[in-house]
Amino acid sequence: MAGKTLSAWSTSGEKPEVLYWVGCAGSFDDRAQRVARAFVKLLDAAGVRWGILGTEETCTGDPAKRAGNDFLYQMLALQNIQTLQAYEIKEIVATCPHCFNTLKNEYPLLGGTFRVWHHSQYLIQLIEKKRLPLPAGMEEIVTVFHDPCYLGRGNGEYEAPRELLRRVGIRLREPERSRDFALCCGAGGAQMFKEPEPGRQDINIERTEELLRLSPHRIAVGCPFCMTMITDGVKHAGKQNEVQVQDLAEILAERLGLVS
Amino acid sequence: MLSQVVFTLLLIGAGLLFFYHIRLLRKTLSIGRPADLPGPSWKRWAQMIRVAILQERMMDKPVASAAHWVIYVGFIVINVEVAEIILDGITGGHRTLAPYLGRLYDGMTLAAEVFLAFVFIAAGVFLWRRNILRVARFHTPEMRGWPPLDANIILWTEIVLVLALLFMNAADQLLQERGVSPYFRVGTFPVSRWIAPLLGDLSDTSLIAVERTAWWLHILGILAFLNYIPFSKHLHIFLSFPNTYYASLEPAGKVDSLPQVTAVVKEALGFPVESQSESPSPLLGAKDVTDLTWKNLLDAYTCTECGRCTAVCPANITGRKLSPRKIMMDTRDRLEEIKKKLHKNGRWEPDGKSLLGDYITPEEIWACTTCNACVRACPVLINPVSIILQLRQHLVMEASQAPETLNVLFVNLENNGSPWALPSVDRAKWIDSLS
Repeated sequence: MAGKTLSAWSTSGEKPEVLYWVGCAGSFDDRAQRVARAFVKLLDAAGVRWGILGTEETCTGDPAKRAGNDFLYQMLALQNIQTLQAYEIKEIVATCPHCFNTLKNEYPLLGGTFRVWHHSQYLIQLIEKKRLPLPAGMEEIVTVFHDPCYLGRGNGEYEAPRELLRRVGIRLREPERSRDFALCCGAGGAQMFKEPEPGRQDINIERTEELLRLSPHRIAVGCPFCMTMITDGVKHAGKQNEVQVQDLAEILAERLGLVS
Repeated sequence: MLSQVVFTLLLIGAGLLFFYHIRLLRKTLSIGRPADLPGPSWKRWAQMIRVAILQERMMDKPVASAAHWVIYVGFIVINVEVAEIILDGITGGHRTLAPYLGRLYDGMTLAAEVFLAFVFIAAGVFLWRRNILRVARFHTPEMRGWPPLDANIILWTEIVLVLALLFMNAADQLLQERGVSPYFRVGTFPVSRWIAPLLGDLSDTSLIAVERTAWWLHILGILAFLNYIPFSKHLHIFLSFPNTYYASLEPAGKVDSLPQVTAVVKEALGFPVESQSESPSPLLGAKDVTDLTWKNLLDAYTCTECGRCTAVCPANITGRKLSPRKIMMDTRDRLEEIKKKLHKNGRWEPDGKSLLGDYITPEEIWACTTCNACVRACPVLINPVSIILQLRQHLVMEASQAPETLNVLFVNLENNGSPWALPSVDRAKWIDSLS
């Protein structure tokens, strides 16, 4: 494994190429941990020297900020910036679009400027630099991609995840509400951590039903919160045995035979 | 001579009244906080050209876009003729521009006639979509009472103004054919030619009466409409331009930090605090429109209540009370209240009411997922999420009224640096199970 914590890198006197910002979901959520493992396997396969902050990482502050608590956001953000600057971090890759957005767009306002990638963007680069091989042939698993709001509308990145899936030979079906008009999974803006307001239907059910209308075998996501929401939606529809919900990193790792 | 004097006085009066209301509007907008709008002005011009002038974002809905284009271009083309009407009114002349423009004048009247017909059809299409087809986004709870009436008044006024011009031209060309002075032969009227037979039996005097009545109806209609606009959603015909110019050039996902919070947090963390040149507002978030930025307020006045935002809002689609359009309409309604006070007293004093509470409820703003679909859908770059987040900031940081589950989130973030009550020492455990 070419990855270790920043403190370990620091002791060895070397520097990693890139910091993998794991995020709270990747650190603690069982399902998102599997995504994190798939992602670092890809980094290893590409020979990337990566680091994580480990116990020194905290939440970026995104949910606090969106919930209106700028004190808490800035408390977390300023401490993270201090940690990142202490390790002289230049490049960051995140498997969570919320972390990605906050690190990329909002940390510079507090003095922390880094080059930040969503993992779909980073993996595409690894493929383009031929550091990662491309699997041969097409895959026949019908796949629908669900755009994460903070990657798509929030940052204008619609192509990287699609390009990634195309490169590994996946035929995509596009839902009716796609790309810049994709429907949110319902988790953003701190909704993940609160009870929904009363309504006719949960947002994740509305979205998942739309995705399921395309009769996919797999729903591809690029965000740990979308993962939770869409997985719940698939269970709600009783389709958990027919439809897999997978992160982009897992799909690529699977196609390259890095995970079973 | 008398009619020239009457006309000129009406024109000046209507102009002054309009000018007064635009100044009052400016004054109302200036009760907002200063807005920090980074980015070069050439990018802002480019954004305004793409979004306001070329109506890039209207294209998402082809029928509405086509009809809107017709009315927009028609407005410009027909206004050339209105310029002439104003000249005629002041000088007492008839078709004053004709001798100067020569053949070009025929082209001008032709273009105006064609667009009059197109605008007539387009306004009809809009009325049909709104009232007969009943497009869903025009019939949500906030669209009751004044808003739909406002929309219908605008469309019917456009139809009346178009018909006035067409009847004026129809009578004019009959008088031209009969050689009645001062109706000299000029212009090309391919559309009103079809109306002319309706008036064919009238005497010269009656025809002149029709022509004059239509002329006065049109110009008085325009002057009245001009002074209706400051009270109507129709303000978008002016405000779309500044609003798209001043709209954010930043990624939609980016939310600014409160500078007054930064100083406090840095001090709490023992970080060096840069001395600030000016002390920013001590207020955290927004309770009333006076706490929002003037750009948020301009957004509210630019909103033409098309409802594209609400139609794509995940919270609204699934039956929650949040409607981004209502956020904008409430902001404007509250501003109108303040505007009335400014008009009456010349200044604004707090009246005990506020945007949050009296207009917008916490339930609405807590339903937002900040997905930015509303921001993407707006044809004129209005940002309802910005207002929602500032209201949330007030509720959390000033009023301590966050939903209970969010207070749990805050405690976890504070104690564990994670939204869940899980110890940070376990952060890297996922890596241990890597083979």
